[in-house]
Amino acid sequence: MATTTTKTETLVGKRIRRREDPRLITGTATYVEDIKMPGMHYAAIVRSPHAAAKIRSIDTSKAAAHPGVAAVFVGKDVAGVGPVPCGASLPGLRVPHHSILATDRVYFVGHPVAVVVATDRYIAADAADLVEIDWDVTQAVADPEKALASGAPAVHPEWPDNKAFDFHQEHGEIDKAFAEADVVVKQRITSQRLIPTAMETRGVVAEWRAADRALTLYTSTQIPHLVRTLVAMMLGLEENRLRVVAPEVGGGFGSKLNVYAEEALMGFVSMKIGKPVKWIESRRENFLTTIHGRGHVDYYEIAAKKDGTILGIKLKIIQDLGAYHQLLTPAIPTLSVLMMPGLYRTQNIRADIVGVFTNCVPTDAYRGAGRPEATHGIERMVDMLAAELKMDPAEIRLKNFVHKDEFPFPTATGLTYDSGDYAAPLKKAMDLAGYDKLRAEQAEARKQGKLMGIGISTYGEICALGPSPATPAGGWESATVKIEPTGKVTVMTGASPHGQGEETTFAQVAADELGVDIDDILVLHGDTSIVQYGIGTFGSRGTAVGGTAMYFALQELKAKLKKFGAMMLNSDDVTLANGQCVCNKTGAAKSIAEMAAASYRAMALPPNTQPGMVSTYFWEPPNFTFPFGAHLVVTDIDKDTGAISIRRYIAVDDCGNLLNPLIVDGQVHGGVAQGLGQALWEQAVYDDNGQLVTGELTDYVVPRAHMMPWIESSHTITPTPVNPLGVKGVGEAGTIGCSPAVVNSVVDALSPLGVKHIDMPMTPEKIWNLVKGAH
Amino acid sequence: MIPQNFEYAAAQTLDDAIKQIAGGAKPLAGGMSLIPMMKLRLATPERLIDIGRLKELNYIRESGGALHIGAAATHHEVESSGLVRGKCPLLSETASHIGDVQVRNMGTIGGSIAHADPSADYPAALQALEAKFVLKSSSGERTVSAADFFVDTFATALEPGEMIREVIVPLEAQGTGVSYQKMYQPASGFAIVGIALRIARSGGKISMARIGVTGLSGKSYRAIDAEKALEGKAGSATEIQNAAALVPQNVDINSDLHASADYRRHLAVVYAARAIAAALSRSA
Ligand SMILES: Cc1cc2nc3c(=O)[nH]c(=O)nc-3n(C[C@H](O)[C@H](O)[C@H](O)COP(=O)(O)OP(=O)(O)OC[C@H]3O[C@@H](n4cnc5c(N)ncnc54)[C@H](O)[C@@H]3O)c2cc1C
Repeated sequence: MATTTTKTETLVGKRIRRREDPRLITGTATYVEDIKMPGMHYAAIVRSPHAAAKIRSIDTSKAAAHPGVAAVFVGKDVAGVGPVPCGASLPGLRVPHHSILATDRVYFVGHPVAVVVATDRYIAADAADLVEIDWDVTQAVADPEKALASGAPAVHPEWPDNKAFDFHQEHGEIDKAFAEADVVVKQRITSQRLIPTAMETRGVVAEWRAADRALTLYTSTQIPHLVRTLVAMMLGLEENRLRVVAPEVGGGFGSKLNVYAEEALMGFVSMKIGKPVKWIESRRENFLTTIHGRGHVDYYEIAAKKDGTILGIKLKIIQDLGAYHQLLTPAIPTLSVLMMPGLYRTQNIRADIVGVFTNCVPTDAYRGAGRPEATHGIERMVDMLAAELKMDPAEIRLKNFVHKDEFPFPTATGLTYDSGDYAAPLKKAMDLAGYDKLRAEQAEARKQGKLMGIGISTYGEICALGPSPATPAGGWESATVKIEPTGKVTVMTGASPHGQGEETTFAQVAADELGVDIDDILVLHGDTSIVQYGIGTFGSRGTAVGGTAMYFALQELKAKLKKFGAMMLNSDDVTLANGQCVCNKTGAAKSIAEMAAASYRAMALPPNTQPGMVSTYFWEPPNFTFPFGAHLVVTDIDKDTGAISIRRYIAVDDCGNLLNPLIVDGQVHGGVAQGLGQALWEQAVYDDNGQLVTGELTDYVVPRAHMMPWIESSHTITPTPVNPLGVKGVGEAGTIGCSPAVVNSVVDALSPLGVKHIDMPMTPEKIWNLVKGAH
Repeated sequence: MIPQNFEYAAAQTLDDAIKQIAGGAKPLAGGMSLIPMMKLRLATPERLIDIGRLKELNYIRESGGALHIGAAATHHEVESSGLVRGKCPLLSETASHIGDVQVRNMGTIGGSIAHADPSADYPAALQALEAKFVLKSSSGERTVSAADFFVDTFATALEPGEMIREVIVPLEAQGTGVSYQKMYQPASGFAIVGIALRIARSGGKISMARIGVTGLSGKSYRAIDAEKALEGKAGSATEIQNAAALVPQNVDINSDLHASADYRRHLAVVYAARAIAAALSRSA
C-alpha cells in the first residue's frame, strides 16, 4: 500500500527536536556494551604499569590455569597481526612499529601486553591479575621539551633525539616583514594535553563465524568503513568478510576517529577461540590508552606596524606525539599551521613543527584537532599586540580581517577561504554585549580595585574535510537514497553520525526535497553491510559533505521520479513539487508513492530508465568550508581565591545556513563546554615517570552542567558556495572560539597588575599566584 | 573497574548486622565510597553486610535535648529533614554541599564518618557541633566524641567488630548563627577546604564560637585558638581576619594537584573569614 504522506511545509531551518533522542533518553539505545551473544566470552587486557620498561619475561601459566579462562595471548602470539596503522604521511616521518600487544618493550603506562579471555568478565579480571611480568624498568620522559633536551631518555632506542619529524612551511617575505616591523611580540603559548572523555568508553564485540568465514566487529567508532578496511588488512582477512558495525556511539570527539589495537585484537581472539568476545574499556583504561588531544608548546612571534597592521607571523610548534602514531597523530599539528593566519590578511608566515615522541599515550584528533591550538595562538597574539600598541582588541581585529569583498581569499598557508564577513559576528557580539558600556563599567571597577575582564576571540576554522587530495583517506562522502515500493524513504549515509543529530537534519532535507512527511524517512548509518562505503564523521564534515552527497542523490531520484511522472501522466510538461508530479496542462497528479510503486512494478518504463527508485551518490567536495565567528566573554575575578566567574558568554557563530537551529545550539553549547574545559579546568598531567596523575574523573576536571555559564548563542549567516546546502559545519566551532576568548578576558582582567599571558588551564591557584605576585 | 569476588548479604536486623560484622563482614551502607574502592580493587572485602536498608538505623529524632540521627540516614534525608533544618541547621546546610543528588540519595552519614575521607564535608560540621557517635559491637556500646573519633586519613577510632549506630548533635540555641563555606575540588566535588561555623552572641559580644575544619589536613579538626580569639569580641572585620588567620595554624597541610599547601592555607583563612562573617550575620 502506498502510504507516503505529502506535505507542503518546509522543515529546513526549523527547530525540530532530534529524532534520535527518544531512544537515548529512555535507555533503549543499543551500545556495544548492550550486545549479548550466546557463548560470548570476555576479554581483560593486561597493561603496563610502567611508562618505559623492557619485558624480561611473561608467565601466563597461572592465569591460563584459572578456572573459566579460555585463552591468554601475549605479543608473540599475535605476531601475524599487522601493526596499528598510521594514515598520515609527512616527509621523513619516523613511524615506530606499533604491534597490537607489546613484545619486548613498553612505551607508555597502559601499553597492552597480554589479553586474558574468560567465560565472564569477573574471571577475566581476576585472571589478568595472575599474569606475571618481569620488568626491567627504564627511564621515561613525559614532557616534549624535556624529550628534546640532550641526554633525555630515548622513547624508541633507534631514535635517540626523540624526533618523529620536522616540518617547515613558509610563504611571502617573512624576514622582510619582521625587519620592517615597528613592533614584534613574542610569546610561548601552551595548549595542554586533554583527555577527550567521551561518555561511552571504547568497546568491541567480535564475532567470528568460521563456517561462513565471516567476522563481525561491533565497535564504538566514528569511521566504521575505514575500520573495516584497516582491520581486515591487520588481520589478513578479505575485506568483504569483515562487517563493522558502529551501534549507538556515546560520544567520540575525535577519540574514535581511529583504529585501535583492541579492535584487531578482539577480531584475532574471536577467530582463535571460535566464540564471540567482548571487551569494554574501563574509564581508567580510557584515560590511559585512548588518544589524548592537543599537547602543544608553541613559540609565536607576530610583527606589526604601529597602526596595528599585522605584517607577519612566525610559529614553532613542539608537538607532543606520545609514544606512537595513531591514525592521524602526526597530521594534527599541520592543521594548526594551515589555520595559523586566522581571519587575518597577512601573507607572510613561517611555521616549523617538531614532532616529539614521549612516553605517553599518543595524541590525535580531539574536537577541533589542531584548529583550537592555532586559534588560541593567533587570538592570544593579536590581543597581546593590541595591548602592546594600546589599541582596543576589537579595533585591531577589524583592521586586519580579510574584507568581505575579497573572497575567495587565498591564504598564506595555501588555503582558499570560501566566503565570509568577519566583521559581522564581531560587531554583533559587541552590540549584544553593550561593548562600550562594558568598557566604561570596567574602568569604574578598576578604580575600585576590582578585577573585571572583557575578552574577544574571532575565530576561523577549516571544516567539511575535505577535498580528497588534501586528506589521508579520501575526503568525499556517500549517500544512498531509496524510495521503497510503498513510498517510504530510506537514506543511507556513509557519514557515521554519533550524536550530531543527522538522523534529524538529513531527514529534514530529504523531506523538503521530496515533499514527503519527515516520518516517512529513515536515516541509516554505521553498518558496513547496510551502508555503501563511506568515510565517517569528523572535522565538521557530516552535513557539509555527507549531507551534500545525499542532496545530489535526491536530485537524481527527483529526475527519475519526474520521468515516471511524465510517463504516467502522459505529458512532457510536468512539475515535481510538494510530493507529487503534476501535469501543468491538466492539473492531474501522481504522488511520490504512486510513482515509486510504478517504478518497482515496472509494467512500463520511461525510455532508458531502469526499474526501481534508488540512487547512490559519492560527492567529492571542491574545497573545504571556513566557518567563523566571534565569542565575547566577561569575567570577574575573586582576588582572594583566584576564582574566575563568567558573567557573560556571547557566541556569535557563522556556520552558513542553519538546517536546524536547535541542533546548532546544541553543538555550540557542547563545543563551548569543551573549550571552557580547556581554558579553566582540564589537563592530562603526567609525572616525570610517565604516570598519569589525572587518571580518574576524581582528578581530571570535566566541566559539569552546574559549572557552565549561560551561553548567549546567536548567528550571522554567510552561506558557503562550496555546497548547494550552503552549510559550513558547526561541530567544532564552539570549542575553537572559546578558549582564547576566556583567556583574553582573564588576561584583560589582570592586565592592571601587569599580567600579559596566562597558560591554560587557568586554575584559581594560578590566578591567585598572579594576583599575589603583583602585590 | 571490576571488583574481586565477594559475598553479599542484606542485614534483617541490627543484631544480625552486628553478628556479621563481629564475624568479619564489612558494612555496606550507601556504597558511595566503598563500591568505587572495590571496583578499583583498593578495597577487597570478602563479605559485605548491607546495613543501608535497616530501618533500625534510619531515623532522625529529638530526645533529651539533642538530635539523634541513625547511621543509615542519607545525606538527602539530613539535608531535607524539617527537624534538622530547624534544630541543627549547620548539619543540613553541610549535607546539601555533599556530592550530587544521586550521591546524596544513596550516601549515609554513618558511611561518610566511618570512611573518614580527609576532604569530606560532614566532619567539619560534626567537629563544630561537638557531635558524639554511638559505636556498637557485640560487646555493647560506647560513645566517642568527633574530636576523638577522627584519627587520621581514612583512620578512625572504630575497633574491629564495631559499627556506628547513631550520631548525636546538640539542638542549636535560639539566635546561634551557623554557616558552612566550601571551596569545591572541581573534579570530585569534595572540599579543598570546608569551614563550619557556629556563633552565638550576647550583649553585643561573641559568647560562643565553634569552628570545624575539613580538607586542610589529614583529618578534620576544631580550630580552638581561632574560636578563643573570637569569643568576647564584637566581630569587627579585623577581629574576624585575626581569628581566621589562626585556623590553619599548627597543622600539617595537604598538597595535591588541585591545591598546594600554600594555597590551601590561604584558602582556609579566606573561607574561615567568610564563614565567620556569614555566621555572625545570621546570629542574633
Ligand atoms: C560522585 C561522588 C561525589 C561525592 N562527593 C562528596 C562530597 O562532595 N563531599 C563528601 O563529603 N562526600 C562526597 N562523596 C562521598 C559520599 O558522601 C559517601 O556517601 C560517603 O563518603 C560514604 O557513605 P556511604 O553510606 O555511601 O558509605 P559506604 O560507601 O557504603 O561505606 C563507606 C565506608 O564506611 C563503612 N561504613 C558504612 N556505614 C558504616 C557504619 N554505620 N558503621 C561503620 N562503618 C560503616 C563501610 O564499611 C566503608 O568502609 C562523594 C561520593 C561520590 C561517589
